[in-house]
Amino acid sequence: MTGPALEVRRLTVDFAQRSGPRLRAVDDVSLALRSGKTLALVGESGSGKSTIVRALGRLMKPSAGEILLGGKVSTLHRSDVREYRRHVQLVFQDPFASLNPAHTVAHHLARPLLLHGRATRHDVTGKVDELLRSVNLVPAGDVARMYPHELSGGQRQRVAIARALAPAPDVLLADEPVSMLDVSIRLEILNLLDDLKSQRDLAMLYVTHDLATARHFSSEIIVMYRGEIVERGPSDEVILHPAHPYTQLLASAAPMPGATRASLAAARGTRQKARAARDAERREVTVDAGCKFRRRCLHAMPECSTRPCDVETAPGHTARCWLYVKAAPPDADVAAPTRRG
Amino acid sequence: MTIASASTSPEGARWGSVRPTGGGVGIRLLVGSKRLLRSRRLVLGLVVLAFFVLVALVGPHLVGDPNAFVGPSMAGPSARFWLGTTMPGQNIFYQLVDSTSGTLEVGFVAGAIATLVSVVIGIGGGFVGGYVDEALALFSNVILVIPGLPLIIVVASYVRSGGLLPTILIISFTSWAGYARVLRGQTLSIRNRDYVLAARVAGEKAWRIVFVEILPSELAIIVSNFIFMVVFAILTQSTLAFLGIGDISTLTWGNMLNVANNDEALTSGAWWWFVPPGLCIALVGTALALINFGLDEVLNPRLRVYKAPKGRP
Repeated sequence: MTGPALEVRRLTVDFAQRSGPRLRAVDDVSLALRSGKTLALVGESGSGKSTIVRALGRLMKPSAGEILLGGKVSTLHRSDVREYRRHVQLVFQDPFASLNPAHTVAHHLARPLLLHGRATRHDVTGKVDELLRSVNLVPAGDVARMYPHELSGGQRQRVAIARALAPAPDVLLADEPVSMLDVSIRLEILNLLDDLKSQRDLAMLYVTHDLATARHFSSEIIVMYRGEIVERGPSDEVILHPAHPYTQLLASAAPMPGATRASLAAARGTRQKARAARDAERREVTVDAGCKFRRRCLHAMPECSTRPCDVETAPGHTARCWLYVKAAPPDADVAAPTRRG
Repeated sequence: MTIASASTSPEGARWGSVRPTGGGVGIRLLVGSKRLLRSRRLVLGLVVLAFFVLVALVGPHLVGDPNAFVGPSMAGPSARFWLGTTMPGQNIFYQLVDSTSGTLEVGFVAGAIATLVSVVIGIGGGFVGGYVDEALALFSNVILVIPGLPLIIVVASYVRSGGLLPTILIISFTSWAGYARVLRGQTLSIRNRDYVLAARVAGEKAWRIVFVEILPSELAIIVSNFIFMVVFAILTQSTLAFLGIGDISTLTWGNMLNVANNDEALTSGAWWWFVPPGLCIALVGTALALINFGLDEVLNPRLRVYKAPKGRP
């Protein structure tokens, strides 16, 4: 098997705060995207998903860690960034904000084509139409002349996807690509992304809240909590046998169509309590050594005040939780336990 | 081409071949010209302004020497002297026509310079960010709190030669700061919008992002600022001239008012001397204000009034 198309090693992103210490939005995250595979990044708001995408999109300077493109370290030098942008492209969350209201669809697609030498001034119109057809926007000639405000949300997101495809990238980062769209068209867009991934052999990062689509469209899932990866593994494994208490909570938070009124009310109560706890927790930003989830965790134990490490619960499936460490280590001394089966 | 085809088939013009693939703002304004003309305020303002511009360009060649002593002192309007004469016996109509170009020149040149400075400092600072932005914002704030008119009076009273240029420079120097702040705020807000980030991801160069992605969204503000600054410059120049500050050898409406005041036109009831220049200043100001409101009406969708197209069921 060839190496990953894009790899991140020990990525850390800090934000300066107006007062107090720096906020660590992404803490020591490593992940790899492989051609033709989709990796789903799941977590609540504020867990650092979008920050990872922005750092990977070279829109933000990471505090530490390195990004490897096709096995080579990519720096922030101008020529490196230019080369990087040709290979790694981004689809933004909100299609109503990611297209410039002052320009036509053709402008949005022609610019990246021309910038990366995928088209010349003479054949750019044809290439634009070709791109539009590849995202099923027809008749391409008419759509190209339209302004974003003349398109629906789904059509706009298709344009945004076409723009990302214009430089013929190897890696596509999709930051919650369907969360701003109507439920009825979400599946269409996701299927489109999935088809494009197989056709063009793209390595895709799919950031989402939605566990169901994450399972359906990705081969691997990473669950994030407050900047850390708490669980990762093959998608079916993670969804059907969630190991980390946080993943279990996420899975139970998804509404089920068959639920009764009473169970919904109970779930709402739990959610509100969880939200209050989360807000309280967000106010204290100190990063202490322990598990960040322990205040909300149903299984919190004394060990949780020291940092857990990744434990393998099934082949390829790891969770960062003390629950799976068979023999709890002595309180103070944190001898990092080796991975156990 | 656009306007011609628009008059024959309006729908074809809006949706058909006229729509440019490149999406230039100028072409879009042309396409929208039919819509522009739907605002009565805008049309009225443009007509009045066009009249004064025409007078400024052509007028001086058609009338005689405005400074020559040609008639009796303080004569009222008559067939020979349409707007009467001054105390020394100059033709007031000639003076009025001749003043138009000087007054408009001050207005438009000062407005253009102030707009340019506010765009460079406001958008430049807002886009670059960091210490450059802090320094430029501090600079605008300092200029902003300097009381404008007293400064103009102090400086202008020292500079008494050189025609209108010193006045133009002083007016533009004191008037850009407020608009620079507006543009900076707008740029700070637009700079981190997703479509600007998307342009960065696409690999656009910084200058292209500023001119092609950010500037078009601020064009309405810039145009409106420009028009207000023209009005401000004309009024300030008239104020200064009326107070007798600055170079009074060039004829402007303000200078006419100054001379009329000095020669006690008001107390002697010579209304034909001070009413026409005052009225011209008011008319130009009104025309520009109408253009501004009219443009707002056309560009701001919330103020757009729906009028049913004629001749359709």
